[in-house]
Amino acid sequence: MNDLVNETTLVELSTLAALPFEPDKSKATLDALNEVLALVGQMQSLDVSNVRPLAHPLERHQTLRADSVTETIDPSALSQNAPLYEAGLYFVPKVIE
Amino acid sequence: MNLNFATLADLQKALRDRDISATELTQHYLTRIEALDPALNSFISIQAEAALDAARRADECLARGNARPLTGIAIAQKDIFCLQGQRTTAGSKMLSDFIAPYTATCSEKLADAGAITLGKTNMDEFAMGSSNENSYFGAVHNPWDPQLIPGGSSGGSAAAVAAGLCAASTGTDTGGSIRQPAAMCGLTGLKPTYGRISRWGMIAFASSLDQAGPMTRTAQDAAILLEHMAGHDPRDSTSLNEPVPRFSEGLSNNIKGLRIGVCREFFTDGLDPLVESSIRQALAVYESLGATLVDVSLPHTPYSVSAYYVIAPAECSANLARFDGIRYGHRCLDPENLQDLYQRSRGEGFGEEVKKRILVGTFALSAGYFDAFYHRAQKIRRLIKEDFVKAFEHVDVIAGPTAPTPAFPLGEKAGNPVEMYLQDIFTISASLAGVPAMSIPAGLANGLPVGLQLIGNYLQEGPLLQAAHQFQQATHWHTLTPPEAL
Amino acid sequence: MTIPAGWQIDIGLEIHAQLNTQSKIFSGASTLFGQSPNSQACAIDLGMPGVLPSVNAEVFKKAVQFGLSIGAMINQESRFDRKNYFYPDLPKGYQITQMDHPIVLGGEITIQTSNGTEKIIRVTRAHLEEDAGKSIHDFKPGYTGIDLNRAGTPLLEIVSEPDIKNAEEAVAYAKAIHQLLTYLEVCDGNMAEGSLRFDANISVRRQDAEALGTRSEIKNLNSFRFLEQAIHFETERQISVLEAGGTLIQDTRLFDPDRHETRSMRSKETATDYRYFPEPDLLPVMLTAEFIEEIQAQLPELPGKRAQRYQTAHELSASDAALLSQDRRLGDYFDEVLTFSGNAKSAANWVRGDLLSKLNEHELGITVCPISPKHLGEMIQLIDQGVISGKIAKAVFAALWSKQTESAGDYVQKNQLEQVSDASAIEPLIDALIAENPKQAADLRAGKDKLLGFFVGKVMQATKGKANPKQVNDLIRQKLSEP
Repeated sequence: MNDLVNETTLVELSTLAALPFEPDKSKATLDALNEVLALVGQMQSLDVSNVRPLAHPLERHQTLRADSVTETIDPSALSQNAPLYEAGLYFVPKVIE
Repeated sequence: MNLNFATLADLQKALRDRDISATELTQHYLTRIEALDPALNSFISIQAEAALDAARRADECLARGNARPLTGIAIAQKDIFCLQGQRTTAGSKMLSDFIAPYTATCSEKLADAGAITLGKTNMDEFAMGSSNENSYFGAVHNPWDPQLIPGGSSGGSAAAVAAGLCAASTGTDTGGSIRQPAAMCGLTGLKPTYGRISRWGMIAFASSLDQAGPMTRTAQDAAILLEHMAGHDPRDSTSLNEPVPRFSEGLSNNIKGLRIGVCREFFTDGLDPLVESSIRQALAVYESLGATLVDVSLPHTPYSVSAYYVIAPAECSANLARFDGIRYGHRCLDPENLQDLYQRSRGEGFGEEVKKRILVGTFALSAGYFDAFYHRAQKIRRLIKEDFVKAFEHVDVIAGPTAPTPAFPLGEKAGNPVEMYLQDIFTISASLAGVPAMSIPAGLANGLPVGLQLIGNYLQEGPLLQAAHQFQQATHWHTLTPPEAL
Repeated sequence: MTIPAGWQIDIGLEIHAQLNTQSKIFSGASTLFGQSPNSQACAIDLGMPGVLPSVNAEVFKKAVQFGLSIGAMINQESRFDRKNYFYPDLPKGYQITQMDHPIVLGGEITIQTSNGTEKIIRVTRAHLEEDAGKSIHDFKPGYTGIDLNRAGTPLLEIVSEPDIKNAEEAVAYAKAIHQLLTYLEVCDGNMAEGSLRFDANISVRRQDAEALGTRSEIKNLNSFRFLEQAIHFETERQISVLEAGGTLIQDTRLFDPDRHETRSMRSKETATDYRYFPEPDLLPVMLTAEFIEEIQAQLPELPGKRAQRYQTAHELSASDAALLSQDRRLGDYFDEVLTFSGNAKSAANWVRGDLLSKLNEHELGITVCPISPKHLGEMIQLIDQGVISGKIAKAVFAALWSKQTESAGDYVQKNQLEQVSDASAIEPLIDALIAENPKQAADLRAGKDKLLGFFVGKVMQATKGKANPKQVNDLIRQKLSEP
């Protein structure tokens, strides 16, 4: 079976997944990916034309909650792990639109 | 009383009868951890002081006579459960210094019942793995033979209980991550019905598959822990609004007439002959207890691994997108721009297996492949569920091997992802369908534990535990312990 | 705006409306605006490890209210999906939205075009999703600060068909949506605070072309004026590119309000693959038929119908009807006034005249009006019954407003403000005045009608304004027409 993922695809996938594309590891990564995808490809031989997909194992409906404020927020506890946090803001390198 | 390998049930009695104190018990485990864990690496963090404080308070309760069911019972918890104010790492560099601001619901329930947590156990990073070789904190070693893997992803939880470093532990199971390490370490491990135990505070890998569960020495112990861990949680929309039966009661009823489905798809070419022979013998024991063996088929089993390795990576690719070094977690040094921040933080923070699964998941969801991969996998998921529904019209429980082989050497399958994935070949179907399943010790293969898997119908953990308990009343496999060369 | 000959424009609007619930759509954190950064972002809103979403019932109620009001189909079973992309204001790295099974499908909005005709703009769908946080660019040099207070605020995204053909129609449609959402009280419509935002999908094509042209999406327009300006600029830009023989790429653009132009967003030059898939942490939402029926039963009378009723049943002018029906609470107030005073025309005059101007002067909304509909209605009734004149009523109104009294009747009685309509009381006064002012009387008899006011005024003075003006008029004329 032809490889589904080549280097171009890998670059695209890495971008979509916000992962770095590492050229020196690219062959190993591609081999591993294609191997998994070949395993997964075994699904293709099955006829599933009349089958509805199953998203949730137990087919129940969502419980809705009443509209009230239930969270008391402690910003210092929630931000204690933040790498760069000042004046109540989380900082990232400047984003230019 | 040998504290090393005492069951939870025995310890409950001993603590209540004041034969031992909680402080003694906790100290016993802490000493043992200090002595034995360096060779096993089953713990990522140990909360010795906090545990001893809790033990002292437990002793006060026991003295006053107002102890709760798990007061004084010292357990270990997989480092995937957030405990407020404590380091929770998910086995990853990404969260190596993360202090959780909240406690997982199931952990809180155990604490409310009086349980003491000794520490957080090692695991495959973000629960992705079948050998516990994917941890940022190093591989875990199987107490039965330190050159071997303990199974994964709950390898640390399994090793800790197997080595007698705690009375019991909590694990999580997405495709077999409680059951398979339980099998490889000679333990009882249970994955309940999907939704039975709340996922709030449990770091997500694959949302529609993840479930917490107990890892214990006996089915009775598993029943006790499950009783306390389970229950509806409005914080988890997927948690079931069903009453929690007293699982620890009713275990002693006999199993005459129990219909056990022997699934032919579970006896494949890849099954180690010694494992198979242990399983066949175990089935014979069930017959002697009055159960009937029924031939069943779960015809879509051969497609289960394929479907799983689309659905789980797809969900994980989205669940792990939150790890970006902005609000918590690893952040690269001196990012040049936003893209650099994301890519380097995530590239450095995640291990290779995690990155690989994220890429597979991203691919499976991408335009042009969604139908052939993700959508198709969801359809196969329905077929697998329907296989179980049909089978359970004729049988009460389905049995087979938990894993195709016993524990294998560290490094043996590390470079071979597909071979590693096929470790889950018997456990994955129950995860996809959401039915409860457990592994119990059923024999030895060249001196290494073999696990028997029992799968039950939705919400039928009770009959499952009963079947397991009755087997354990008639056999001794669950009482075996690793050679004390440790 | 004039569209160059031979071209036509196709515009579709995506309107994001913040629903005015107390708590967020997927968490119990408050939605209060303007709080200090990240003080309203709980662990769920921050996308912390191990957290899970829950669903606010009220968002569905509001979405259904909207859907029913535009004649749309309500999807009893709707589902949530994940839309995956990376951006710092999106903490989970995905947005929970509704893709394949939105809560509302179809529907229509009627607009008035500039030449006075009505046009129907079709709504494709409306769905629920969560809002993202905010980026603060100028706080720390070289950095962008992220405030996640807004993350998780419920949004109703309303998508129109590309039935809109020019900027005026776009603004009319946007205003109609704004009015409906505020009328239903599901959105506060405060555009300065970001409660309502527009994305405009704009494409052009030649008059005779069948297929739509390549479109650009202009994002995050937060005023009707910017919407209009953006459309003008964008259509001119697209047409000039095509007329010069160039091609357009499908892109995402931002509108610069200072330069009045659109430019391509750097980060979105290539179309992103959002990899939508069903949200595994949330189950499908099932609304019962009873739930929907109850909402239908409790829907307020919409402006269009209300205005119609005012014109047909109460014979109000189109202008009065429009004004009184535009604001729901004003219409409610007016309707209640009517139950205490049957005179719709008079009630309309008082409400849209004296009452509204007083409210505006004090910057008060109708819901906090010091005069209750009952008390205003009673006052109007007194005028109708001839107990007080319109002029005296002004004084009574002032007393009601300042809360000197709550009963017009009591006030009139206490201060002896009853209108004098008794001819036997007025005639002597008129006779006296005619006698005292012979020249004016003669002039008036001769036809100098404006002197009427002179005599009426004197009578009013003498009676302290209480004389019935019509009565006085008639009597004066009568007397002066007698020889």
